[in-house]
Amino acid sequence: MKILVCIKQVPDMESRFKPNASGVWYEETDLAFRMNEYDEYAVEQAVQLKEQLGEAPDVTVLSIGPDRVGETVKKALAMGCDRAVHIQDPAIHLKDPWQVASIIAAFARDKGFDLILTGMQSQDRGSAQVGVTVAERLGLPCATTLVGFAHNDGTITVKRELEGGLKGVVRMRLPAVVTCQLGLNTPRYPTLPNIMKAKKKEFLTHPVAEFLREEALCATASFHPPAKKGGGLVLEGDVNDMADRLLGILKEKTAVVR
Amino acid sequence: MKALLVCEYREGTLLDASYELVAFADRIGADKVLAVVGSEGALPRFTGPVYLADAEKYGEYNPDLHKKLVLAAVEKENPDCIVFLHSSYGWDLAPRVAAALKAAQVSEVVAVDGRNYEVTCCNGKMRRTITSTTARTVVTVQAGAFTALPAEGTPQVTRLDLVDIASPVEFLGYEAAEAKGVDLAKAEVIVSAGRGVGKKENVPVIAALARALGGELGASRPVVDAGWVEHSHQVGTTGQTVSPKLYVACGISGAIQHVAGMKKSDFVVAINKDRDAPIGEVADVLIVADALQFVPALTAKLQ
Repeated sequence: MKILVCIKQVPDMESRFKPNASGVWYEETDLAFRMNEYDEYAVEQAVQLKEQLGEAPDVTVLSIGPDRVGETVKKALAMGCDRAVHIQDPAIHLKDPWQVASIIAAFARDKGFDLILTGMQSQDRGSAQVGVTVAERLGLPCATTLVGFAHNDGTITVKRELEGGLKGVVRMRLPAVVTCQLGLNTPRYPTLPNIMKAKKKEFLTHPVAEFLREEALCATASFHPPAKKGGGLVLEGDVNDMADRLLGILKEKTAVVR
Repeated sequence: MKALLVCEYREGTLLDASYELVAFADRIGADKVLAVVGSEGALPRFTGPVYLADAEKYGEYNPDLHKKLVLAAVEKENPDCIVFLHSSYGWDLAPRVAAALKAAQVSEVVAVDGRNYEVTCCNGKMRRTITSTTARTVVTVQAGAFTALPAEGTPQVTRLDLVDIASPVEFLGYEAAEAKGVDLAKAEVIVSAGRGVGKKENVPVIAALARALGGELGASRPVVDAGWVEHSHQVGTTGQTVSPKLYVACGISGAIQHVAGMKKSDFVVAINKDRDAPIGEVADVLIVADALQFVPALTAKLQ
């Protein structure tokens, strides 16, 4: 069995974001980058499936981006992926989801992957399109927003997270594409021996031009903070003073504190 | 300008949120055509053309067949815009339709101005304006971003059918949420713990404030996923939707999925170290502080 996991490197979401000089994406200075949280669940699921099937599957981790994404790819190797592919593109943030998915599909097309996993969306762009579009480009069945995954003899039975606590149970034959939701599993922390082992694993790089064949279908015109709705009171300073002020406000404005 | 609005059913019932698609189409001044995989017995309250495919035959969830049905309606109507909710149904189906049409897709739209769509990014902290460069555009709209008006009317129904109903995906059914341990819908006060509380051992600090205010403990999704608080306490689109008299968000950044579940609260207090956290957008009072320092101080004053 051959498995592909597609991951993205994103900034820590606790960061303070501001537009860069182009005005269409964030300024990278001062940002710390990490693996997209949703993709951590995809990596973990791939590694768990490999363990379940007795090491037989071969797990490739793929990421597209500038040089810095190499660190995140190495983490996936340390979590248990077997080999890595870095498609080098310093301008990936300017490509639309259609192009990103088409690059991945062009890479994957002739390689016979039985299962392709990725996160249900990225934390920074959040389009929730790329995984599904990869499936469409490859003509594969796809299930999104997984919070449950079971494999048995070439068939997967997955639980999709719907709204209000409801789940939808779906079954399909491999090959297939799935996108992972938070809570699907518990992503492991790489151990020191596994970090050392990861350094010896295959790590291939390709220029994006090898796989880029599509024009963008949409463009980002602006990246900006949301318009402040205002109205809300902001308190800063000493904790005890703020607690006193808040109690006064709650007594005045709500019926729950007297 | 014509918009094809793809409505959504759950266990045989048309979701009311589908009318938000009508509100979106009104905003862009488009002629409206609806497409549903549902039933005669649960048609949209809407005066105008509705394409109906039978959910008994095509399944309430079957993205491959639903894609073909939507494409059949697109073929007949030639819409400029195909609109879905940004929901587990919409974000699953929309990219399939967009890819088949090679149309631009714009996800989670919160506002629109001509061909410029405003969408959220960076976990709700920032916005992007996206311009579609294709003749047709596929759009998913954020739940709650376009307020639905009371719906009335009688649809003119056209049946949609497919010749080939083979599908690689088999829908086995729904699985209900676990039995509820706590019914937050009845609580007058909810004090919720978010990732900012740091670790499971700190949750009692938040629970103590809930008790002091005579309320219930709530939680954001990451806290539930991490196993710090059980699922029945989860507030948000995948948990409970609440509207207490007072909602206190402790260390919750305010991801849209959480905000959608609590924004109807009468009064919202947010405690967060990050002055720019999106929870500030819906908070009546934002306390810029570490929840673990502020909450015990407030609890002490209440006792």
